[in-house]
Amino acid sequence: MTAVLHLDNVTRVHGDGATEVHALRGVSFTARAGELVAVMGPSGSGKSTLLTIAGGLDEPTSGTVSVEGTVLGGLGNAGRARMRRTSIGYVFQDFNLIPALTAAENVALPRELDGERSRAARALALAALEEVGIAGLADRFPDEMSGGQQQRVAIARAIVGERRLILADEPTGALDTDTGEEILRLLRSRCDAGAAGVLVTHEARHAAWADRVVFIRDGLVVDESGADSAEELLEVSP
Amino acid sequence: MGRWGAMSIRQALLALLEPGPMYGYQLRAEFEQRTGATWPLNVGQVYTTLARLERDALVEHVDGSGADDATDQSGQHGPAAAQVMYRITTSGRGEVSAWFTTPVPRTQPPRDELAIKLAIAVTLPGVDVASLIQQQRTATMTALQDYTRLKRSGRASRPDQAEDLAWSLVLDSLVFDAEAEIRWLDHCEARLRRAAVEGRLHTPARPTTPLTRPQPATHEEEVTS
Ligand SMILES: Nc1ncnc2c1ncn2[C@@H]1O[C@H](COP(=O)(O)OP(=O)(O)O)[C@@H](O)[C@H]1O
Ligand SMILES: [Mg+2]
Repeated sequence: MTAVLHLDNVTRVHGDGATEVHALRGVSFTARAGELVAVMGPSGSGKSTLLTIAGGLDEPTSGTVSVEGTVLGGLGNAGRARMRRTSIGYVFQDFNLIPALTAAENVALPRELDGERSRAARALALAALEEVGIAGLADRFPDEMSGGQQQRVAIARAIVGERRLILADEPTGALDTDTGEEILRLLRSRCDAGAAGVLVTHEARHAAWADRVVFIRDGLVVDESGADSAEELLEVSP
Repeated sequence: MGRWGAMSIRQALLALLEPGPMYGYQLRAEFEQRTGATWPLNVGQVYTTLARLERDALVEHVDGSGADDATDQSGQHGPAAAQVMYRITTSGRGEVSAWFTTPVPRTQPPRDELAIKLAIAVTLPGVDVASLIQQQRTATMTALQDYTRLKRSGRASRPDQAEDLAWSLVLDSLVFDAEAEIRWLDHCEARLRRAAVEGRLHTPARPTTPLTRPQPATHEEEVTS
């Protein structure tokens, strides 16, 4: 399995002087193709910081982040933005859909921003909505959908155009248990189909859908469950 | 074995005989159909349990089955135990119905060993409670990942028979237990950290330095010694 996401000894210091916060203190982390990795830790332990840095929405103070072999720090702003539209899908707890756009338009947006013609972008959006099971809601606006449906749209937007890295920060936080489970099923099947997924969650039952669970405390990875050590060894040898 | 004692095996096997007579090996298969390999039963346990049920007149041989008069070559479990078919008796049915109408006593919660271990650990100097908690959390999470894998694949994922539904409910029970244990560990960790920060504990939550016995003031020495 190839590493889709790799963080090497990443630190992130927010603020400076008296207000300095060491949100990440040297994190190395890998998510491979086909793998769903869960990140668990108490509030304030650095989970969201880790995810925004992995997604190119924030930059590390030191250390490197690479996505599909490309070091994000080596790209300019434009290059990173392009990476975010084509390779990285991001799912937030509060869905983050644009209220004035329909489901299909929300999903098509990253493709259109990337220069895709509208018709082609819409076709890709419909395929993504189909994949998350809500093809029938393509022309609805966010406020005409339930929380679970909106989160499906957000996931469709994160996977549209075969993006290989899906990052989800507490995607089930605002949803009831059954709907949360459905969202997990979608992330899982996307990873089974070859994407790499990183899921931040505080729910053990949701983390349990992952192949590996990484525990973080005070900006450090302290432990990991479910790691396949045999596979780990195979990775090291050429 | 936790709360799964010999008593429950006896009751479960007896209850499985309600719909109709069965051989010992069938009973075992029926049991595992519902519970997977969660609480594996060996053949010996099944026959020992059946022998006791028979002694207590809760089950009986079905006429013509078995080999009381046949040549016995099976050895271990009495006269050709595998060939004996068992049937539940009237008093057996009474016992089953009592089992289903009486709550399982919560005298031995399954988390006892961990709760006791932690209760002792937090009071002893030199025990790294934080890593005890983390190691347990990782182990429990690994088990939870296994249960979740079983739930989303295999016969528990699309239960179309009552036995498969039963198995999926057993998995749910394991999931809920593991989840509760992880929540409890998170809770313990948070409370111990808070107590350590506030300096309220005489034994540090992460005792890298050994606990020093409180020194009695000099003028009390004669009194307390
Ligand atoms: N933009 C920011 N400015 C200052 N401090 C921040 C900022 N973002 C996060 N932090 C701090 O960094 C630490 C980690 O935060 P975060 O990554 O959001 O944790 P989590 O997602 O695990 O709750 C916290 O102490 C938080 O207060
Ligand atoms: Mg967060």
